[in-house]
Order: sequence, then C-alpha cells, then structure tokens
Amino acid sequence: MEKLIQQIKQGKVWPFPGGIHPPGQKGLSNASPITRLPLPDKLVVPLKQHIGANGQLIVEKGQTVLKGQALTKPVANWSVPVHAPTSGVITDICQMPSAHPSALPELSIIIAPDGQDKWCELTPHIAFADLAHDELIDIIHNSGISGMGGAGFPTYIKADSRKPIEFLIVNAVECEPYITADDVLMREHADKIVTGIKIMQQLLSPTLTIIGIEDNKPEAIEAMQQAAKHDDTIIVQTVPTVYPSGGEKQLIQLLTDKEVPSAGIPADIGVLVHNVGTLYAIEQAVLEGKPLIERVVTVTGNTIHNAGNVWALLGTEIKHLLDCQGFSPVPQQRVVMGGPMMGFTLPTVRIGVIKTTNCILAPDHDELAEPGPEQACIRCSACADACPASLLPQQLQWFAKSKEYDKLKEYNLFDCIECGACAYVCPSEIPLVQYYRVAKVEIKEQQAEKIKAERAKERFELRKERLEREQEARQNRHKRKPAAKSADEKQKVADALARVKSSDEKSDNKSAVAAAIARAKAKKNSGELEPDNSEVAKERAARKEQARAYKAQKEAGSSTNETADDKKSAVAAAIARAKAKKAAKADEESVTEQVPVDDKKPAVAAAIARAKAKKAAKADEEPVTEQPPVDDKKAAVAAAIARAKAKKAAKADEEPVTEQPPADDKKAAVAAAIARAKAKKAAKADEELPTEQPPVDDKKAAVAAAIARAKAKKAAKADKVEELNEVSVVSEPEQPQESALHSDEDKKKAAVAAAIARAKAKKAAKADVTKSADEVTVSSELEQAKESAPLSAEDKKKAAVAKAIARAKAKKNQQEGSDKS
Amino acid sequence: MTLFYALLALGSLALIFGLILGFAAVRFRVQGSPIVEQIDTILPQTQCGQCGYPGCRPYAEAIANGDEINKCPPGGEATVKKLADLMGVEAKPLAGGEQAEPVKTVAYIREDECIGCTKCIQACPVDAIVGATRQMHTVLIDECTGCDLCVEPCPVDCIDMLPVETTKQTWKWQLDAIPVTQID
Amino acid sequence: MKLTMASSPHNHSHKSLNTLMLTVIAACIPGFIAQVIFFGTGVVIQLVLALITVSVAEATIMKMRKRPTFQTLKDGSAWLTGVLLALSIPPLAPWWIIVIGCLFSIVIVKQLYGGLGFNLFNPAMAAYVLLLISFPVQMTAWLPVSDLLGNSIDFSQQLGVIFTDFTATGFSVDQLRVGIDGMTMATPLDTVKTDIAHGLTASESMQSPLFNEWVGKGWGWVNLGFLIGGLYLIKSKVINWHIPVSLIVTLAVCSGIGYIASPGTEAGIVFHLFSGATMFAAFFIATDPVSAATTNKGRLIYGAIIGLLIYLIRTFGGFPDAVAFAVILLNMAVPLIDYYTQPRTYGHGVKK
Repeated sequence: MEKLIQQIKQGKVWPFPGGIHPPGQKGLSNASPITRLPLPDKLVVPLKQHIGANGQLIVEKGQTVLKGQALTKPVANWSVPVHAPTSGVITDICQMPSAHPSALPELSIIIAPDGQDKWCELTPHIAFADLAHDELIDIIHNSGISGMGGAGFPTYIKADSRKPIEFLIVNAVECEPYITADDVLMREHADKIVTGIKIMQQLLSPTLTIIGIEDNKPEAIEAMQQAAKHDDTIIVQTVPTVYPSGGEKQLIQLLTDKEVPSAGIPADIGVLVHNVGTLYAIEQAVLEGKPLIERVVTVTGNTIHNAGNVWALLGTEIKHLLDCQGFSPVPQQRVVMGGPMMGFTLPTVRIGVIKTTNCILAPDHDELAEPGPEQACIRCSACADACPASLLPQQLQWFAKSKEYDKLKEYNLFDCIECGACAYVCPSEIPLVQYYRVAKVEIKEQQAEKIKAERAKERFELRKERLEREQEARQNRHKRKPAAKSADEKQKVADALARVKSSDEKSDNKSAVAAAIARAKAKKNSGELEPDNSEVAKERAARKEQARAYKAQKEAGSSTNETADDKKSAVAAAIARAKAKKAAKADEESVTEQVPVDDKKPAVAAAIARAKAKKAAKADEEPVTEQPPVDDKKAAVAAAIARAKAKKAAKADEEPVTEQPPADDKKAAVAAAIARAKAKKAAKADEELPTEQPPVDDKKAAVAAAIARAKAKKAAKADKVEELNEVSVVSEPEQPQESALHSDEDKKKAAVAAAIARAKAKKAAKADVTKSADEVTVSSELEQAKESAPLSAEDKKKAAVAKAIARAKAKKNQQEGSDKS
Repeated sequence: MTLFYALLALGSLALIFGLILGFAAVRFRVQGSPIVEQIDTILPQTQCGQCGYPGCRPYAEAIANGDEINKCPPGGEATVKKLADLMGVEAKPLAGGEQAEPVKTVAYIREDECIGCTKCIQACPVDAIVGATRQMHTVLIDECTGCDLCVEPCPVDCIDMLPVETTKQTWKWQLDAIPVTQID
Repeated sequence: MKLTMASSPHNHSHKSLNTLMLTVIAACIPGFIAQVIFFGTGVVIQLVLALITVSVAEATIMKMRKRPTFQTLKDGSAWLTGVLLALSIPPLAPWWIIVIGCLFSIVIVKQLYGGLGFNLFNPAMAAYVLLLISFPVQMTAWLPVSDLLGNSIDFSQQLGVIFTDFTATGFSVDQLRVGIDGMTMATPLDTVKTDIAHGLTASESMQSPLFNEWVGKGWGWVNLGFLIGGLYLIKSKVINWHIPVSLIVTLAVCSGIGYIASPGTEAGIVFHLFSGATMFAAFFIATDPVSAATTNKGRLIYGAIIGLLIYLIRTFGGFPDAVAFAVILLNMAVPLIDYYTQPRTYGHGVKK
C-alpha cells in the first residue's frame, strides 16, 4: 500500500490493455472561454435526468417559479430533485421526448422564462468545514447533483459511501474526441473544483486524491496544479492520451493498478471517481447554495460556426444551442448528444439539455463519415486488440448474431462498457456495439421473463391448491346444515350443491381452457389424440393483430390517448369502439381502440384497497362485503351492475334482482351503455349509428339499456338477426323483472320459456355456419352444451328452475353465513 | 484348451465389468429431473391454455408423451426452438399461423365499465385480477401473463389486451423506428 | 430538418477490408520478384491465371447467392487467395493446375462454407493440399534456379509449357528439369530428404550444385523476400507478430535440437528457415485471419504447433515440405485453441 502510494506520487501510471487513438478535434472548441447563452423562450425540464427514480412533482401548471426553486422533491431511493433553471411560469407539465437514445417520452416541466432571472432565496455555507456529514449530504442531495460525466449516478449516494475510501479519483481525462467542457471548466474554475474536492475529502476522508488529466490538455493541467499545489493530498496525474482512458474502470486501472471486480462498484476496492463538473456543482451547491441548474456544454462540429463551450441552463432546447452558435446543417445531418464514440444521435433538436449533456456535436460528413455497409467478419481480432476490457468482441458478435445468450454471458458480455473502440477499428465496419446493446437488453428481458414465469407458475399452483381447499370447505359446510330441512328443500340444496360444484370445476380454468378440454376429449373419442387449438389460435391471432395494430399506431404517434374526464367522452369512446368493432368484423381491418385511462386514479385506488381486503378475506375463505367509499363512480358502477344483472336475466339465469345501490346520477353511465349497445346492434344490422341518447333518469332505464346491450351482444354472437332469435331475446328481459316479484308458477313458466327460446336461438345461430367461427366464442359453446339439456324433457325444465332457485337460496345462505362469520 | 482359457478370460471380464456397471448404476444413480420438468421450465408459464391443455404443466406432460411442440404461442419461436433442442426433433413453425414473434400484452380493465361480476377473476389462472363482487376489478400488471383468458368471460367486454409499453429499459435500440415527429 | 439516426461510435478508423487485403498482396511483392528472378516468368503467368479464375469464380457464386457481386469482389479476399496459391505452386505447372486450385479454394473451401469469414480452412492451403495429393507429379515439378538449367527457357517457352505441356522446341517439364550435369533436379528440401534416405549425410547432400553454402540457391532469396514483406505487414499492423514469431522460433528451436542430436541427418537451422515455404507460411499463410487462432495466447500456440509440425513432417514425413499440411491440421484445432486461451476479462479473477 505504501509502495503503491509512493509509485503514484512518482507519477507512475499503469496502462490498460487495448485502447485507440481517434483524432481529438479538441482544438475546434477549446480556444475560447465559456460564453453564456441568451435566455431561451422555453425550457423543457424532464423530471428524471439521472439513474434512479424521479422525484415527486411539487409544482403545478400555471404556477410561477423562481430561479433555483425545486420542482420536485426526492421520495424513493436514488431520486434526485430538479430545479427551475430560471424564473418564469410553468406553462405545461407533459410528456416530451427525452434526452435518451430512444427519445421515449418523459414527464417534463415546461417553463416560459419571464426574463427577470430572479433567484429564489439561497443559503450559502461558506464555512463548510463546520457542517456535519449528514448536512453536507443533504445539501448535495437537495441541490439535485448527479454525475455529470456520463451516466448520471446520484452524487449523494456516492458521497455517502459506507465503505472506506482510499483513493478519491477526479476524472478530468475527457478522452472523447471533440469534448472540451471539462477542459475549459478546469482552466477557468480550477480553484472552485479544488474546493469541491475538499468537500468530498471531508465527506470521504480518502488517503489520496488523484486528478487524472490527459496530456493533451496542458493548460488545464497547469491550472489544476496551481490550484492544488498547497495541498499534498491532491496529486495531478498526467495520463497518456488513449481512448477510453476516461472510462471509470479504465481510469482506476490507469491510476491505481486496481481492477473493479465484475458486477462490483469502485467503492468495493476503496476507490471513488468523481467528474470535475460534478465537483464544481458541489462547490456551487455548498458555498453559494445554488442548485444544479446549468452546466458547461461543448457545441462543436464542422457545421457550427462558433464552436465552443457555453453555459447552458438545464432544459435549454438543443435547437437554441445550435442556433446561438451558428448552425448550417448539411443534408442527412446528424446531431449527436455526447461525443463521437459514445454519444447518441438525436431524432429531434427539440430536446432539452440535461445534467449529463456534456457535448452537442453536429458533424458534417467529412469529419465523421457515415458508416459504410457491414461486411463479413474476417476474424482479424483487431477488435480484441482494441478492447480495454480484454473481451473478445469478435466472438461476442457471432454469438449476438445467432442469439446465443448463454454463450454471451459466458464470454462476459456484461463487462462491455460500450466504449466503441472495437467498432472503430473493425475493417468490416460491423456495428459491434449495437449488437451488444441489443443483446444486453434481450438477455435482461429474458431474465425478467424467466423470473416472471417462475412466479406465474407458483401463483398458478397456489391458486389450484386454494380452489381445491375452498371446494372441500364448502362441501363440509353444506354437509352439516341440511339436517332439519324438508325433503323438498334438501333436494334443492343438493341441486344447488351440484351446481356449485360444477361451477367450481368450471371456474378452475374456466371458459377457454375448459372448452379446450372438452373439445380435446371429444376429439380423443373421435380418434384424434391431440387437442386442436386452431380455433383458439385463430382468435388469438386476431386479437394480437389488434394489439399489433395498436402498437403500430402508437409508434406512429398518430393518436394520443384522449383524456376522458367526463362521461361524454366515455360515451364517445364507447361509440368509437363499437364502430371499430364493426369495422374489424366487416373487413378484418385493424381496430383502433381508444382507452380512457386518465382520471381514474381514485377508482384504481379503491379497487386496490378492495383487492387487498379481498385477499385478506380470501385467506380465511370469506367473501368481502364491505364497501369502500367510492366517490362518484358509484353511479357508473351501479349502472354497470344493473346492466350485468339485466344481461344475466336475459340469459334466464333467474337470479332474483335483489337490490339496487343508491344511484344519484346515472344518466351519463346509462347513456354510455345505451350508446354502446345501440352501436353494437347497429353494427350488426348494418344500420346508421344513433348518436343521441334520450335522457333516462330512473333505474328502469338503466336496466333497459343494459338489456339492450345484452341483446346486442347476443345478436353479435348469433351473427344473424333471425326471427327466432329476436323473439327469444325480446321475451327474455321482461320475464325476470316480473319473476322477481311474482309467484313461483309465473317464474317457472317464464324461465322455461326463456330457456327454450334461447336454446332455439343458439341452435339457429349454430346452424348459421358461415361466419360463426369468429363469432361464436368458446364460452358460448360451452354454455350451449350445458344449456341445451333442459330443452329435451319436461321434468328437466322443472329441475332447471328448481336448481336456479336453490342456487339463489344457497347463495343467500352462503352470504349470510359469511356475514355472520 | 486355449479356447477354454479364452472363454474363461472373456467370461470373467464380462462378469467383472457387469458388476462394476451394476454397482455404478445403483451407486451413482442420477436423480435427473424428468423430462416433464425440463419441458415445463421451458414453457412460459402463462397458463393460458392456448395449446389446448389446461395449463403449462399438462402441456409439458403431453409433449413428453409425444404431442407437437409448436402449440405455445406465448412462447413463440424461441420456445419451439428450445423444445426442439430438448426433444431432439425438428423445430416447426407455430401452429395456427401465428406470427413468429409474439406481442407481449397485458390485460387492462376499463374500470368505469366493469360491473364487478368476478368472472374474469375466476378465469385468471394466476390470480392477477383483484376485486370483489359488485366492485370494480383491476389487473395487477406485474402478475398478468397476457394469456387472454379473462377477455372472453367478461359480460360487458371491458377487458382489453394492450401491448406492453416499451420503457427505456426494454427499448431495443431500434434507431430507425423512433416515433418522434419533426417540428421544424 | 430531418436528422439522421446512427448507432455509436460515429467515427471509424477508415481501415477497410479492401486496404487490408491489398496491403497483404502488396507485401508479397519482394518474394514474388525473387521468384521471378530465380524461377522465371512462369510465376507471372500463373498469377494472371489465378486472378482471372478467382474473380470469375467469386463473381459467379455471388451472383448465384444473390449477394452484391462487385462489392464482395472489391474486398480483395479472393484475389489474395489467388495470389497466395499462384506463389505456392511450381511456376511451370500446367494451366489447369492453378485453375482447379483456384476454383476449389473459392467455390468449395470458401463459398460453400458461407463465404468470407466462415471458411474453416485456409482456402489457398486447402487447394494446395488437394492439388498435391491429386497431382503429385505436376505439383513437385519445381525447376531448379534458372542458372542451373541445362536448357534455359524464355517467357514464350514457359507459356508453351504451361498451356501445352511442351515448349516450342519440344521439351517437357521433366526434360527441362534436367540440370547441367544431366541429373534431374528437385527442390533443396526434396534433395536433402532423398539423399538422407539413400544414406548420405545432410552435409554431403548439400554439396550438390543446388546449394549455396547453407541453403538452396534462389530459395534463400525467395524466403528473404517474403520475410521483408512480412516485416512490413507487422509494421503496418495488418498482422500481429505472434504467429510468425512463434512459428519461426519453434522451427528454429526444433531444427537446432535436431542438428545437435543428429548432425549427420539434419541440415541445420538456417536450412529449415530459408528453404521451402517457411517464411511465406509464417507471414502470409498461417496469419490468414479467418482460419487462424484469434486470441494472442492462442496465436502463439497456433504458430508454435505449425512450426513443430513443419519440422516433424519435413524430417520424418513422406512429403518434402509440410506447410500446407501443418496449417490445415491447425485450422481444425483453432476453435479448441481459442476456447482455452480466452484472455482474462477486466474485473474477473480479482479479489473483491
């Protein structure tokens, strides 16, 4: 250890394997001092500009903010706040393209500066040596500082390292060509950076602090030496110019001859690396109280007239940067955020500067030629010679191409730092890094999926067990009760039990699976051994097509989800859906569905609360009966329930309609249901869509609407408006209403009639083979199989009715029982 | 006499090796996971029943008994390939004319239309839908396997299968397909 | 403004496949010149024939595979194969030898395995082995250096031999090979081998007019030419030093040991290094990136075993020279060598 420090102090460096020497091009931008840009007319501040979770929003649209005012507050682990870069008004908080290679939208705060640039109240701490450890950490945390070199790791976590730190390394290497932001920052603010170093030293108390600077920055080296000369714990070490010596792991190896273990962090070996920009930001935060709201950005490239470094407010659009520095684009212009080796191209210049943006590079085609076509790999291993991590890029490439993920892991793909040295030297111009990145994502995805599959399996098994247990428990309960009851009742209960059982069995895997099994069994009997899933597959394919279309549509960015805060838009959505369905069925075109997502938070919350309660209840096998407060969604729920009930009634399920929850304002929901129903019907009948809803105020209307909807659905399934069908559907809804109130006889008759009618209708529907394959769903088949039975004999009818009644009673009993318990 | 010695030698050799093999078979018996287990681990465990069997395990058993390996749409081409490797048969395209790469979906319940019938809850093979009678239901997206089984039972058609959103973590560097509209 | 998207890195070293291949071809020039000087202009004819054949073969296959024809041809890998083959066969071999060799190397060895980068074997050497075992007579019919020839022949006569088997004056290759003293001349390696088999010592054998003091006349210069070209390749970083150095060192060590152990039947280090195709193999054949080992450690092993095999086959085997066999054998071992010589990745094998 002593020897090592001695060697370091003598200026010894330990070269890492590989590395390349791309043209530096730093002279373009490091000649002039850092300039300040005029205020832009718009700032786009993404909530997340670092690795970790984003903070919680504490401002709202329309609010006026001061410069430096926090816009978010840290909540979860690794979350770092963002601050207003200037004073102004928040005009919007919305999803904007992010400063990420994918440009996937990110929640951003849009500020219109008021031009006054007025600071909020700042609390500087000149005597930082008096501050306690935690106070300093809090200042760094609340100032929103995250690593400004590249990855954007939250600085407060690094600074709060629990592991003993031997070497504090200051990364001033800046090995990427073109970038000079750190270079000029050191030239102009070396003393402030050294103060930042001292703050870090106070936090971490390292044995030695090493500032690593490449030998192509003599001015910066001089400035830093000057600023640090009175402190012998700080060493300015000149390192040879090799790309990627600025990589964290490479720099550690270069300066201390240590290697960070694979999948470990530098702190594991007692080393911590900070970028000079970060240290400057720490100094600003502690001594001046200023949060991180601006940074030095190199704007360079042959298409920029005034290449140089600028102080850019975070959130400044790249367009503003380019315009201010004089930008004359060439055809097929590339704009790179970051350097030419590891930066990423931007799809639009309407993206804001974030904490990690160190360079905007707008090259022409002479300085950075566009990549040529990929040629065959000749295994020359020039890539392996260039790889700083001693990987075998060439082998990795073959495995990545053939998707041999196990091999990739065996060849340590995840130790690749994506520096691009391999692709730089490849004579066949193979985009190696791109292959690795894709493979990495896919491997991670596969791992996640594997975990998910494991969990799904577990849940499936547990569920199976639970169902078995429940069934057993129910059986036991019913065995105990019926002793005192009359023979007639006994019969009913037995029937009910049978029904429960059968429904239990059914519920095990329900519709599709059960149907599939049934089919499989049938096939087996008829000589075919294997289940035929072609029908299900077809259905599934159609659904997937739909999903794909939806995805494509989303990707095309053509439609955004409508915010449906009022019921009207819900109605509209319903109509749209109905229309879409019709279209899909008519000519199998892709369906475009609009999903009202927003504004449902309370509902979701309630649902989750309920879910939790239910889960708890399920543990003791008790159904939940309590109702959590549901604000004004009650109406919707009520209407929906009514609808479902009506539908059930229509299906002659003979379940008595017991009670209607209080429904104050059902108009809208009911209207929606009607609209949907009508739309559906219309779709089938090929009629025009009714667009107006009559105002309906009482429950009857709701029920009626639901009935209409049920009709429509059935019609859809039958696919043909047949006389018989119509009759049956019409006859159905009326009966339950009466039957709920009147005598047994009426009930029976009605139910039987309904059942017959329905069965007939179904038969008719089945006879209509032409289109039914798509329409007649698995569940309907199943039901049909089950329900066609009562048609055959008189006594069976009776039995069915009796069964239904028994079922209702049993249900009631059950509910009572559970209420009591 | 030579013949006798030869027979004796060979015979005793056979005996010795036989004994060694027999001992080894008993002593070093491999408790290797049966083929069904291995198949089951390859299957995606969506429990969706699209293969025609009630869950992944039954299908694994069926494959072990000689059923086709191409009946698992959620697993897609990759699963077929792995099964082909394991079973030592040719990989086939998926049955039912599915596209090679399955789109991953999750169920989404339009909650203001949900009537709380619990039918989807009963249908869900992995208990990923929560809710109670006459209460709205919601899908636990992290647990949903995208199996589709809840779509059909819903009496009011309020369940959609939505493709899983791409996040920055799952984005696969499709640089040529970035959906950003140019403003200027 | 429409911005172009690209994957990083956005810069490139501008070293292309084409430059790489052409540099290797250019590095063949010193050896080629030496061959022309000592063995006549037949080499030029073979070279032209080879280039035409490989170009046609490559283009045809690319057409059939519906791949970009010109672009593939332009990478120069086929030409390099042609050049290497042309430089390894006897200059006066009949025309169909080089044509068959080139067709075999391009069509069978390279393209049938999937084209550039997928071939398991070095195309030139695989073709050479095929020719050697199929047409041993034609493939061993090396003329002695021109100043030893009984009948000196000019360019047109060489053309005649290559295309009609006879010179205009009616001599066949076998007749041409007769030296001034009326004896049929073979290559130095062949001579030494035959003589030792007949009970002569190596030094007695080297008294033959074929030899200078240490090595075969002309052959030493040819090897020197390839050595110069090879050093240029290393300097311009087209090839790594590992394979040539380990090959040459191993061969030198083996022949040195052999010479010490049995001075009577061994010709010594210099003879081995500057006879036959030693330098050509070390710098141009064994370093073929596609079929050679790809890790640095692996390259050392690969070169060393080739060197060892060359020595063993030359000394104990049935053929006078052994480069092609040694290289082909090691090509097969490359996956194994690569697998066991992976470098230690950064951060692996260090203590946490």
